[in-house]
Amino acid sequence: MSSDRKSLRHAAWRRRKNDLMMGGTVAATVITLAPLFLILGYLLSKGFSSLNLDFFIRMPKPVGEAGGGMAHAIAGTFELIMLASLIGVPIGIGAGLYLGEHGREGFAPAARFAADVLTGIPSIVVGVFAYAVVVRPMGGFSALAGGVALAIIMIPLVARTTEEMVALVPRELREASLALGVSHWRTTLSVVLPTALGGILTGIILAVARVAGETAPLLFTAFGNRFWSTAIGQPIASLTVQVYTYAISPFDDWQRQAWAGALVLTAIVLGLELMVRWLARNRLRIHR
Amino acid sequence: MTHSVVMSNAKRRELKSRFSGDRLFRMFTLAPALIVLGLLVGITVVLIWSARESIAKFGFQFVFSSDWDPANDHFGALPFIYGTAVSSALALLIAIPLSLGVALCLSEMVPGWLASRLAFLVELLAAIPSVVYGLWGIFVLGPFLSTRIEPILARYLGFIPLFQGPRVAVSMFSAGVILAVMVIPFISAVSTDVFSAVPPSQREAALALGATRWEMVRIAVLPYGFMGVIGAILLGLGRALGETIAVAMVIGNRPAISASLFMPASTLASVIANEFAEATSDVYVSALLELGLVLLVLGMLANMIARLLVLRTTRRMAAAGGR
Repeated sequence: MSSDRKSLRHAAWRRRKNDLMMGGTVAATVITLAPLFLILGYLLSKGFSSLNLDFFIRMPKPVGEAGGGMAHAIAGTFELIMLASLIGVPIGIGAGLYLGEHGREGFAPAARFAADVLTGIPSIVVGVFAYAVVVRPMGGFSALAGGVALAIIMIPLVARTTEEMVALVPRELREASLALGVSHWRTTLSVVLPTALGGILTGIILAVARVAGETAPLLFTAFGNRFWSTAIGQPIASLTVQVYTYAISPFDDWQRQAWAGALVLTAIVLGLELMVRWLARNRLRIHR
Repeated sequence: MTHSVVMSNAKRRELKSRFSGDRLFRMFTLAPALIVLGLLVGITVVLIWSARESIAKFGFQFVFSSDWDPANDHFGALPFIYGTAVSSALALLIAIPLSLGVALCLSEMVPGWLASRLAFLVELLAAIPSVVYGLWGIFVLGPFLSTRIEPILARYLGFIPLFQGPRVAVSMFSAGVILAVMVIPFISAVSTDVFSAVPPSQREAALALGATRWEMVRIAVLPYGFMGVIGAILLGLGRALGETIAVAMVIGNRPAISASLFMPASTLASVIANEFAEATSDVYVSALLELGLVLLVLGMLANMIARLLVLRTTRRMAAAGGR
């Protein structure tokens, strides 16, 4: 009798504990997602009101004067991304092809591991490296140095997605080509690569989204510029660095523009990420 | 006879040219793969080389001295190592329970269609640029923490030195909280993968014994995924150590060690971001580069161990028939 009641009580206690712990996981999810909606909400409410045509087509006004825009920073961000892609994408795809096609031989596992570790290196360290190998020898900050720093961040991302996309190409396709007497390299170029191309492009967009939001590696490579510049040998502005300098400035109008810049920046980055999700759906594993 | 020899010679020539094409192409892809490997080695070597002046001048004293005095060309890294360690530890302290909660919620609680949508939202958190986190930290989170949360902590835990002192919007505490928000997506995403890789048979066995869902998690899921979760946490640690801009914006940048979390502080990454462009003397630049070297070593260690742990557990689970 009493032992029955005891076991009933015990069962109720186990149920309550279960409800508590599993309810806790739901609460954790809600708490975790709250900042996402808070940040997006603040960006929209504070950034949208400061956004106007001037923001996109005007240059900054002198210190303390209200108005002006970030046209130079938007152009700068695009130029930096172009430079980084020109350097990083070919190297990334090449390395990915090697890992995918010759993945078991010699030092391939070491290169794969190196790519994984590279993705985890603090981006400011990459900036310091670019400073030492580009800025110092060239004698000054430059768009090129910023492009190199961002390219180093892109390379391992592009390499690993390329490798995985290449590995997904069915073996039968390769064998069919090889059985027709086509050489290995022709098979790679005209059968494997076109089949994997969609996935590789998606990987590139993802890598672009990652570097578009980078600030730290640009601080002492591309440096920033208050004036319009597209020369690759000169310092160049970027949205991220511009938002950073405006955010820590004491001027109300600059802080207002920082919110507008942050909104545009977030829209670009999240837009690219959404595009990747839509393109990849379930095919692509995202590398962190 | 002769005829067939001639043919085979032609054939051999053709085959040879075909294989040399293969060899050439292999070189073309080998070179980029070597670049990837070379980058990792190159970054390390270049940083050591660029920091040689500071290494030669301060030796091991560099990591133990807390005196950071650019005016007198004396540099010690301890305040920054302390700042990086404490802000990362604080971030993990907040992030670990929340991330595990999210991971369990996604892998054990909600149906698949909802889990993938929630996972997507969590990953959006990882996509927000860190300068945007910093901006939000300066104007929203920092003031909120210093006026709402810190007084509560000071009232109930004020007997601990950690929670004493002035309340300013920029502090170690703000940095820890913003870092926590930033690393949760990484820890929870990897943990979700690890939990999802636990073989269904393990879960079913626990349930068949009459376990509640939580008991199943405790008996089957958590022990099985333990090493993988440690790996996920180290991956998050690697992110927290190296995060620069958001921290530089909210931590207050004060190169000193203080007992209170409510005081401004500085990290390895944030001091490089703040002082590099204005470093005047060669020793100064070289000392900052040495800080970068310390950061690189810490980041690489955290990452290598994390990758190995995650790789090992998911592989073992795949062998055991996990999803």
